[in-house]
Amino acid sequence: MTSFSPGFQGRGRRLADRLPPGQYPTESFPVLSAGPTPKVPTDSWAFTVTTELGATHSWTWDQMMALPQQETVQDIHCVTRWSKFDTRWRGVPLDAFLEDVETAADFAVVSSYGGYTTNMPLEDLLDGKAWIVHTYDDFPLSPEHGGPARLLVPHLYFWKSAKWVHGLRLTPEDEPGFWESVGYHNYGDPCREQRNWGD
Amino acid sequence: MALTWRPARLLERHAQTATARTLVLSVPGWAGHLPGQHVDVRLTADDGYQAVRSYSLAAPTNGERIELGVQSVPDGEVSLYLADALPVGADVEVRGPLGNWFVWRPAQTEPALLVAGGSGVVPLAAMIGAHRRVRSRSPLHLLYSVRAPEDVWYRSLLTDDDPSLDVSIIHTRKAPPGSDRLPGRITAADLAGPAARLKPTSPVYVCGPTAFVEVVGDLLTGMGLDPATIRTERFG
Repeated sequence: MTSFSPGFQGRGRRLADRLPPGQYPTESFPVLSAGPTPKVPTDSWAFTVTTELGATHSWTWDQMMALPQQETVQDIHCVTRWSKFDTRWRGVPLDAFLEDVETAADFAVVSSYGGYTTNMPLEDLLDGKAWIVHTYDDFPLSPEHGGPARLLVPHLYFWKSAKWVHGLRLTPEDEPGFWESVGYHNYGDPCREQRNWGD
Repeated sequence: MALTWRPARLLERHAQTATARTLVLSVPGWAGHLPGQHVDVRLTADDGYQAVRSYSLAAPTNGERIELGVQSVPDGEVSLYLADALPVGADVEVRGPLGNWFVWRPAQTEPALLVAGGSGVVPLAAMIGAHRRVRSRSPLHLLYSVRAPEDVWYRSLLTDDDPSLDVSIIHTRKAPPGSDRLPGRITAADLAGPAARLKPTSPVYVCGPTAFVEVVGDLLTGMGLDPATIRTERFG
């Protein structure tokens, strides 16, 4: 017998093996954003990598679309406790943007149209672990889900997968981003349940 | 400081609408919260299975006493239990407070606009309660979209005499008799009046279902409000 919530049965057990701790599965695709949704036309879209020395490398929408594209199927995990299995995306691995960039930096701050930022170690963006995606389930990514293009870093909580991605700044020191500055965990590994400061 | 799970005992449950409840819980060791924040609630079944969902805090900080707003949804694994089955006097577990962005601080003095869709009114009620408790004279305007008159939560909070709070209720399906606005979804005309009374740096808080928040965000930015002043909380 538990001393909590007497009579609670629950129905979520069947997917427990596949879920990180404290998550529940959803079939829908909830939207969480800190502000209104920016509308970013693809003809003015750009993605810019800035090194720790200030050198910049930029791609227009057409240049990004001309890079080799990958399809990837991933489970995603939101810190608000929903997980969604087998989400299907199309985009460009971050490796393609970073292969010709000279850097000794260990960290990255990803920035978005609208001002959002999020940080992570650079190595979490490399070796096929992260993408800039523009297509979800065969449709152009909608604005509320981060379109025209968002970052996809599925091995971290989904706030790291910045919507409306605009730039990536390489930094020698780790610099907390938007949510990381107001209470969310700096790294955000769902398997270790790194939700908040101190987790 | 790490957040821990704390036992929370149900003291009272009040019906807000046919399907919405206020749960008043006592949480020993609760360190307080800001209006607009939420908590995670954890339920445990006899076999150890656990389910966790987030609920907004519906009232300003008040010692070890917290209030949650729970809208039961037809398939809600957790909401149905909280709305009707959890016995008064029994415990659940809570973890929080969470969310340090969608908050109104009593030190804020500029006019603020609150826009609620349905149960999105819950965190905004905590802001109104805190605003009233400190006798803030900064003007607050709540624009609250509901389907029908019987769907309004927090009637006494919203109708108590409060010279610095304006409340406008928008009915999307059924308006009360004598209403001079036809039922229908929120429009720019509904927002124009309250928005005109804001200062350029005034905060706007929008909470509701995703589709509602998207519409309101687009309308407000379309009126020229600085997107950086608009804070949103979406669900569903």
